[in-house]
Amino acid sequence: MDGYGFRDVARMEWIKLRSLPSVRWTLLLGMVATAALGVVAGYNTRDAAGDPTSNMLAGVVLGQVITGVLGVLAITGEFGSGMIGATFGAVPRRGLVLAAKAAVWGATFLVAGEAAVLAAFLAGTALLRSGVPHPSLASAGVARAVLMTGAYLALVGLMGLGIGAVLRHGGASIAVVIGGLFVLPLIVGAAQHGYGRLLPELIAGNSLAAVKPVPGFAWSPWLELGIVALYPAVLLTAGGWLLARRDAG
Amino acid sequence: MTKGNTVSIRGLTKRYGGTAAVDDLTFDVQPGAVTGFLGPNGSGKSTTMKILLGLARADAGSALIGGVPYRSLRWPLRTVGAALDGAGFQAGRSGTSHLRALAAASGIPARRVDEVLAEVGLSQAAGQRAGSYSLGMRQRLALAAALLAGPAVLLLDEPLNGLDPAGVRWMRSLIKEQAAQGRTVLVSSHLISEMALTADRLIVIDRGRLVADTTVDGLAARGGGSLEDAFLNLTGGA
Repeated sequence: MDGYGFRDVARMEWIKLRSLPSVRWTLLLGMVATAALGVVAGYNTRDAAGDPTSNMLAGVVLGQVITGVLGVLAITGEFGSGMIGATFGAVPRRGLVLAAKAAVWGATFLVAGEAAVLAAFLAGTALLRSGVPHPSLASAGVARAVLMTGAYLALVGLMGLGIGAVLRHGGASIAVVIGGLFVLPLIVGAAQHGYGRLLPELIAGNSLAAVKPVPGFAWSPWLELGIVALYPAVLLTAGGWLLARRDAG
Repeated sequence: MTKGNTVSIRGLTKRYGGTAAVDDLTFDVQPGAVTGFLGPNGSGKSTTMKILLGLARADAGSALIGGVPYRSLRWPLRTVGAALDGAGFQAGRSGTSHLRALAAASGIPARRVDEVLAEVGLSQAAGQRAGSYSLGMRQRLALAAALLAGPAVLLLDEPLNGLDPAGVRWMRSLIKEQAAQGRTVLVSSHLISEMALTADRLIVIDRGRLVADTTVDGLAARGGGSLEDAFLNLTGGA
């Protein structure tokens, strides 16, 4: 009888995640899209000096939208429906709720993301043209690229959760996720400037997924992964701080 | 279910912009009786309940349950069961899953979910998505969530909305039974006639201020025998 703790709250969040059929189908759609686009991009690789691994991981362009949007809805769906009152009624420590959501959704995104990129890589290599090199997971840097790209999908999902916790409105949060991923790199004109290596979407394609170094992305992929991870870390911290201070409805 | 479960509101004030939704409100809700919380629409009933549940923050004063703020309860749903007006659940999730999630956060076994669904007459529809429920079924699901962990205090916001006559009678007897078992029961409503049938005591507020803290008979006496007259006089609606 010493009161609720992280385990109880995480169990609640896990039951909530599993019991919305739309979440399951959307996640599956994201995985299929990530794998399918990767296979197609791999098949279209014709340059013998290219980076087929990176190409086969190109499907994260779609996958990140799905995990980002699901991350947003993981919390804004509760504000929109009034469910948040029931959640905070059961667990008044709101930071704990957000931490449990991040753990449960983050783990789900990670498993789904890794499964999707592994499927893309394995199916993709089987369908590569004969003129291009056929990477294997044992080749230098390949397993690292595949696993980091799966992790990237989870980090974008957590960014969505953090943005949703800050804004509490689904439409606005999704606009920020999409804008941050796709529009911001265009505005920054990243390829020309040095700032591309600070933007998640560009880091994913040019560093995390790359086996062959890309100009402008000389930093270690580990450092770049850490930079990507800073985004959800800052957003979730801000979100937790704001949740605890604002009225919940 | 001891006297320690008194709800006490002291000098409670909540402003939205420049206007006070709740204005220096003070009253107690005692265990073992049904206390009706009456007031016109927008008089501050829901805001008071939200502050009690820690969902909104007061600008001044306190709202305590058994002497402590809601946020410091160890297992909140075991102490306070609340059914607030408005959805409170997500449309895509079944009633069973909704309650299982809340049970998990409260350290309550999953079999209690089936029990409480039967208590509120929702067993048949328990597996369907809550978005497909009628208004009356939603009220029953909200009540099930409130009763789930066997709390000593019940806060019900407009629990009769959307119920048919048989449902109203059922809800009324359930509310009375909960009080008879020693629980502290606060029921908000804007229906005076219904509160006359359900409540023992009445708290009447208007524009966030307390205008009466009395019994049903006490209020009726002020209106020359008519509760409605007394209510409308007090709340400036006459």
